[in-house]
Amino acid sequence: MSVRRLDPIQPENFQFSAANLKWAKAQVKKYPPGKQASAVIPLLWRAQEQHDGWLPEPALRAVAEMLDMAYIRVYEVATFYTMYNLSPVGKYFVQLCGTTPCWLRGADDLKEVCRHVIGEQNQVTEDGMLSWLEVECLGACTNAPMVQINKDYFEDLDAKGFEKLLTDLREGREVKPGPQNGRQFSCPEGGATTLLNGSAPSVAKRVTKTKAKGKPQRGGK
Amino acid sequence: MPKLIIDGAEIEVENGITLIQACEQAGVEIPRFCYHERLSIAGNCRMCLVEVKGMPKPIASCALGVNDLRPGPNGELPEIHTKSPTVKKAREGVMEFLLINHPLDCPICDQGGECDLQDQAMAYGVDGSRFTENKRAVEDKNIGPLIKTIMTRCIHCTRCVRFMTEVAGVEELGLAGRGEDAEITTYLERGMMSEMSGNVIDLCPVGALTSKPYAFAARPWELRKTESIDVMDAMGANIRVDTRGREVMRILPRNHDDINEEWISDKSRFIWDGLRTQRLDQPLIRVRGKLRPASWDEAFGAIARKLKRTKGARIAALAGDLAGAEEMFALKDLMKRLGSPNIDCRQDGAAINPARGRGGYLFNSGLGGIDEADALLLIGCNPRAEATVLNARIRRRWRTRQLKVGLIGREADLSYRYDYIGAGPQSLADVASGKHAFAKVLKSAKRPMLILGAAALAHTGGGAVMTLAARLAGMTGMVSGTWNGFNVLHHAASRVAGLDMGFLPAAGGLDTQAILKNAKAGKLDAVFLLGADEIDMTSLGSAFVIYQGTHGDAGAHRADVILPGAAYTEKSAIYVNTEGRPQMTGQAAFPPGDAREDWSIIRALSAVLGKTLDWDTLSEVRGAIFAAHPHLALIDEVVPDENFDLNKLSRGPSRFGKQPFRRAVDQFYLTNPIARASAIMGELSAMMADETSGATGTDG
Repeated sequence: MSVRRLDPIQPENFQFSAANLKWAKAQVKKYPPGKQASAVIPLLWRAQEQHDGWLPEPALRAVAEMLDMAYIRVYEVATFYTMYNLSPVGKYFVQLCGTTPCWLRGADDLKEVCRHVIGEQNQVTEDGMLSWLEVECLGACTNAPMVQINKDYFEDLDAKGFEKLLTDLREGREVKPGPQNGRQFSCPEGGATTLLNGSAPSVAKRVTKTKAKGKPQRGGK
Repeated sequence: MPKLIIDGAEIEVENGITLIQACEQAGVEIPRFCYHERLSIAGNCRMCLVEVKGMPKPIASCALGVNDLRPGPNGELPEIHTKSPTVKKAREGVMEFLLINHPLDCPICDQGGECDLQDQAMAYGVDGSRFTENKRAVEDKNIGPLIKTIMTRCIHCTRCVRFMTEVAGVEELGLAGRGEDAEITTYLERGMMSEMSGNVIDLCPVGALTSKPYAFAARPWELRKTESIDVMDAMGANIRVDTRGREVMRILPRNHDDINEEWISDKSRFIWDGLRTQRLDQPLIRVRGKLRPASWDEAFGAIARKLKRTKGARIAALAGDLAGAEEMFALKDLMKRLGSPNIDCRQDGAAINPARGRGGYLFNSGLGGIDEADALLLIGCNPRAEATVLNARIRRRWRTRQLKVGLIGREADLSYRYDYIGAGPQSLADVASGKHAFAKVLKSAKRPMLILGAAALAHTGGGAVMTLAARLAGMTGMVSGTWNGFNVLHHAASRVAGLDMGFLPAAGGLDTQAILKNAKAGKLDAVFLLGADEIDMTSLGSAFVIYQGTHGDAGAHRADVILPGAAYTEKSAIYVNTEGRPQMTGQAAFPPGDAREDWSIIRALSAVLGKTLDWDTLSEVRGAIFAAHPHLALIDEVVPDENFDLNKLSRGPSRFGKQPFRRAVDQFYLTNPIARASAIMGELSAMMADETSGATGTDG
């Protein structure tokens, strides 16, 4: 992590779109009168989503005015939380997990790919399509190494596959989120390794039971 | 009341206090950085760790209430250890972490010698560091012309942030970023628009925020410290004047719980550069339209020649806002001997009639009364500009949600919300007659209070405003039993002493307006200005003007003879604050050049005029003052008006004009000759003007 500052190049102004404004007002209403400042985090997040994935300075002021907060209070929040991007990001914003499990499983190779395909951290490619940032654990250690691109996780990556993924994204081809090595969610790699003969009574029964009640089973086919 | 054992000694403490306060009461010193008793609790520096028996880890004593301590399994009292090996180790650990990113630049740091971190590192730290990495560096921020920032030194205690937000009411400082990269900053590095921001210099426990005008000027151990009283407003904030040789190097606040607590305004703090410039350091005489230097004898001779052939009734004297009690007393005596009834200490023409009782011009509830008030009506008053620190007290009370504030007069940003009632006396009449809804607020309050500002009394219908206010006070029960919520907030430091001593027109005498009118019409031959600069000098017509004062300001420009006097840091003088509390300044330096203490100038002049006053020394003057006005001898004691009578006050004039109240203080930083001579004040004033042109500053 490093010192977080507002971007030197800022747009003139910022306005919530009509739909977002309506949504924002509903958020504010969730809190008792006088406590409207509690809505600052969702509002900033929505502002970031609306503004191509980063928070411009006028958005901080807009949110502050909407919530009757001092500018500096909103600024504190925006600089504290690293998920607010204070500088422009690519259309596909790659957040690469570099924490221990991913690192042990080859996150360094992925970083190399990023440097090679995109450039240094926090730099947007000239076509505006890609930028990347190393982040702390994203909570998908079973499927390490992994990256988050915009809202999707891409897991079980290797250098080659990752490079292809980035190229596909850049060239507008469709990509499939989730594990990239054919694995199903976080099931064992290469298919099931236990309960293969189907005679494990207690567990199997329970599964059938729940099925009978009509609750969908996650990952089961 | 909880009992606990601190370092083996049992102690019973009040409910609701924190462990650090309990330790203090037990006489145990706990090191701290972020904790400050007048600010909210942050608990982020971890320096105040103590060991509480039964708790697995050391506890931050500033953030633990004594009521939250649990007794032992058999009902033993909670036991706290502050000197155990665990605590020692914990403190050493915290200190080592704090010093990891703190630069080793004490030799070039202005905080050196009075630095909490330095002192506590000596007392509670270890002698070395195990840190071999690079230290972090932080960009310095520009937060205005008063505060120099060296942000690498910051230890993130956030005292400054809390002070600005809670006390000053200006949410401009904040802690941006997080962890190692946290930085104290303002939004986009704007200068702080607050007239109390200088206090963060005192609050900063390290050298991150230091005084910009004082930068590299002196070391604390070189300075002679003199306890004194501030005269920038009528609150009488307690200050300490630090001098080196003849020069005042800086001014710091002193603690006085009933007046300024431990804050002072930026004007009080940074006025000192005005004490060095534009000074009158020798007598001057106007010869053929030009002032030329003269000796004291020549100056006195010129005055004597004029006054000896002038009838007493054609002489007048005005006392300025910074005059001490001694010189006013001396001048009053001299004018009496000269046969002149025309004296006045109300430069702004405030409609105050001391004949109706002392309570008619005092802040009767006491400044501390605000902490008990639950409804407050400000009349022609902008406390933020007229008594900055008092405004912080109102704000604090308002923040507890127990105080409702109403305002009649100019709208302004007071740092708290108020009901705006109206602009002029008519609105006051509406409240007094119960027409306005705020009357109900005052009536239903247990301790209602009103504050009459200088602008209300200086209004053309000032007498009627006083009458209306007294009627309102009577109607809403502001005066009952021990509670007296009828308050007058003066702005001139000299005012209450002048009124107490009757520096007012004698029978048949002229008041300020009449003096100016008559002088313009040529009906007065000589006018003595005792530091009076806030009047329209062109109104003095062709009168012979004697100006006794400290600075080459409006009065000196008009004067025919100038007698150089001493500023408030250069004499020991009595000032009575707006509550009626006499306080004495200390002499921190000597007046420059030939300038003398003011009472002695008047004493010397009286001899030349052949009307020799009866005393020769300061203690004799004081003796005479105390004999005539015994309550002035009770330094730092408020003698309330025993015979306070609202009926007397409400039987005054009742005609008021339609004009709205004007501002009593137009430019906060330029209210007196010292401030106008100060470059720092000039800069601040310009900055404020820039800001208010955007209609967001204090003058709204």
